[in-house]
Amino acid sequence: MQKIIGFIALIGIAIGIAWWSMKPQDEVQQADGASSDPLKVGFVYLTNPGDHGWTYAHEVGRQDLQAHFGDKIETNFVENVAEGPDAARVIRELVEQGNEVIFTTSFGYMDPTLKVSKEFPNVKFHHITGYKRSENMATGNIRFYEGRYVQGVVAGLMTKTNKIGYLGAFPIPEVIQGINAFASGLRSVNKEASISVVWVNSWYDPVKESDAAKVLIAEGADLLAQHTDSPAMLQTAEKAGVKGFGQSSDMHEFAPNAQLFSSVNNWGPYYIQQVQHVMDGSWTTGEGPDHWAGNTWNGLGDDYLVLTEFKNMPADIAAKATAARDGIASGSLNIFEGPMMDNKGNEVLATGAVLDDGGLWAMNYYLDGVLGDLPN
Amino acid sequence: MMRLTPRPYVSPHQLLLVPVLSVLLSIILGGLIFAALGYNALDALYQFFVAPLSRPDQIGNLFVKACPLIIIGTGLVFCYRANIWNIGAEGQLIFGALGAGWVALYLPESWHFMMLPLMILGGMIAGASLAAVPAFLKTRFQTNEILVSLMLTYVAGLVIDWLVRGPWRDPMSFGFPLTPYYPDAALIGKLSLPVVGKLGQLHWGILIALCVSGLGWFILSRTLAGFKVRVAGDAPRAARFAGFSPNIVTFSVLLVSGALAGLAGMVEVSANMGQLQPQISFGYGFTAIIVAFLARLNPAAVILAALIVALSELGGDSAQIAMGIPKVVTGVFKGILLFMLLAGETITRYELSFDLRMTGGKMSRGDADV
Repeated sequence: MQKIIGFIALIGIAIGIAWWSMKPQDEVQQADGASSDPLKVGFVYLTNPGDHGWTYAHEVGRQDLQAHFGDKIETNFVENVAEGPDAARVIRELVEQGNEVIFTTSFGYMDPTLKVSKEFPNVKFHHITGYKRSENMATGNIRFYEGRYVQGVVAGLMTKTNKIGYLGAFPIPEVIQGINAFASGLRSVNKEASISVVWVNSWYDPVKESDAAKVLIAEGADLLAQHTDSPAMLQTAEKAGVKGFGQSSDMHEFAPNAQLFSSVNNWGPYYIQQVQHVMDGSWTTGEGPDHWAGNTWNGLGDDYLVLTEFKNMPADIAAKATAARDGIASGSLNIFEGPMMDNKGNEVLATGAVLDDGGLWAMNYYLDGVLGDLPN
Repeated sequence: MMRLTPRPYVSPHQLLLVPVLSVLLSIILGGLIFAALGYNALDALYQFFVAPLSRPDQIGNLFVKACPLIIIGTGLVFCYRANIWNIGAEGQLIFGALGAGWVALYLPESWHFMMLPLMILGGMIAGASLAAVPAFLKTRFQTNEILVSLMLTYVAGLVIDWLVRGPWRDPMSFGFPLTPYYPDAALIGKLSLPVVGKLGQLHWGILIALCVSGLGWFILSRTLAGFKVRVAGDAPRAARFAGFSPNIVTFSVLLVSGALAGLAGMVEVSANMGQLQPQISFGYGFTAIIVAFLARLNPAAVILAALIVALSELGGDSAQIAMGIPKVVTGVFKGILLFMLLAGETITRYELSFDLRMTGGKMSRGDADV
């Protein structure tokens, strides 16, 4: 018996050695063909892309990028990367494997990306969506809040109870912008309606999202909006017979009768633009004196944010939603325009003034129409 | 009913060969899975086992990944040897990070020369204090320590969440849930080795881990305290006849494993993050359970076991980056590998028999129902 085991082990070791010795040659062959190597672009994903939500939208963008440049580029991605030291290791590994442009697609990758960007000054990093940059690290973002204004308009026209439920992930500026944009849209058509925000404290937690949706419905909300990623809220709405808005990607298959429309993050154009800049040698981080100056921060106007078909609503409301969307896209409609009052009755923007990007990132208040206090 | 009976004699050859065979079997099985999914099996296995070791900095990173596993695993060995099942090392790790973080964020400047020792102390006390809860409840009310320690993990997760979003949040963080950065005195630096210099992200926390493992081995196998722990686990009746208090053993092993998990939390944050965030551990406390068993509950072998587990983690990433193999697939392969190693270990030491009689009597010590 022992002899047999020993024999098998020996074969195993032999195979192992043969394979170790074969391997470096493969790599040499690959290196020989390096003269026409495609530009390697790496992506770091928070979850696996699946078929909906935030990471899925990035995956669609990556596929668009690959399709646009064909064999001129090679894209790689790593999924399920935890936000923390693991992220730094994975980003480093992507660099070591020859990726020259790297997109890290979650807020929590900000510090790891910053750290690694300083170690590899020749690699171009894009972090989505934070606020720290370096010589070779830019920030990517989309004006998500623009879609939420349209949601607010539709919600204000559709609601019968005048109670809107809103699931927030974390009380960070990006989410607060969204709530306030929603409130701005809501109050532009319906002075009576107000928003109740529930913080789920997660970007993706179907159980919590569903529970929060149930609570909001039980309290009388007949329209639900979400700044979380799973379709759980819409599925709950579908069962309860109320309506809601999808997030990041089209979710109508999860809730064919409940989804009014979904704001879809369209990362393809951003990725294509940034990679084109790298190829042309014109890539910059866009860093300027103003916080967002020079950075590409586009929304509905450039199709970085796309709204799905307006469904499950009367035609006149759909027409008003279309008008709001087109107004924002063309720039004729300002979402945050004075006079603007916070929900404590203080004026936060004077009559006639328009909030600039700096003001958007400094929002530490709820606008009129949102119930409760901002957690601090 | 299946039952496992300890084998009276296990040859040293078998002890050496079985792990090799286990690895070979999992390589064959894994290779088949990779091939069935349309990947080049040899390339995939190369990415899994060899690529993560192909550069010096990656070897450093392997030790970085293994570091918390070694520290927690050593503590868990003490528990499991005494037949006390601490499943909550993850929570104790979080508490340790909080204890150390409290020191790091609030220690007055004039005390900074004492920063790291105080952080170690703070981390260990905090970790041990969370482990003291199941210890107290078990010795006083005979509650099940598995449930209590596991559930406290979720409590710890919520406590750090609250602190990082609330009282400890950096006012300059734009509302994001992060504490301020630790002062420089509170950071564990990179380790510079004599010949090769710096190896990737290798930090001197690894020295703490190696010391912990060595010390653990010494205490468990060479001291009276270690003897008490072993007897309490192997032969509780004999331990009572010898006058060893089971309650003291229960308390001490839980406190030791809690303190070490806390230490791991302190090292992890101080060396790799430099600030607290809602998520600071990525299952190290749970993975360390596998590490402890893979090490045959021997503190010295914990180092090797932790390195194997760390390699399988890094290998999964590497296979994903180089070949686009999804994490779920590499996760399955990792599971097969660990299962084979543990199963091989078990059937070497125990004889598997099928007992068809319905005995109904009590099992003798050392037998285990499966």
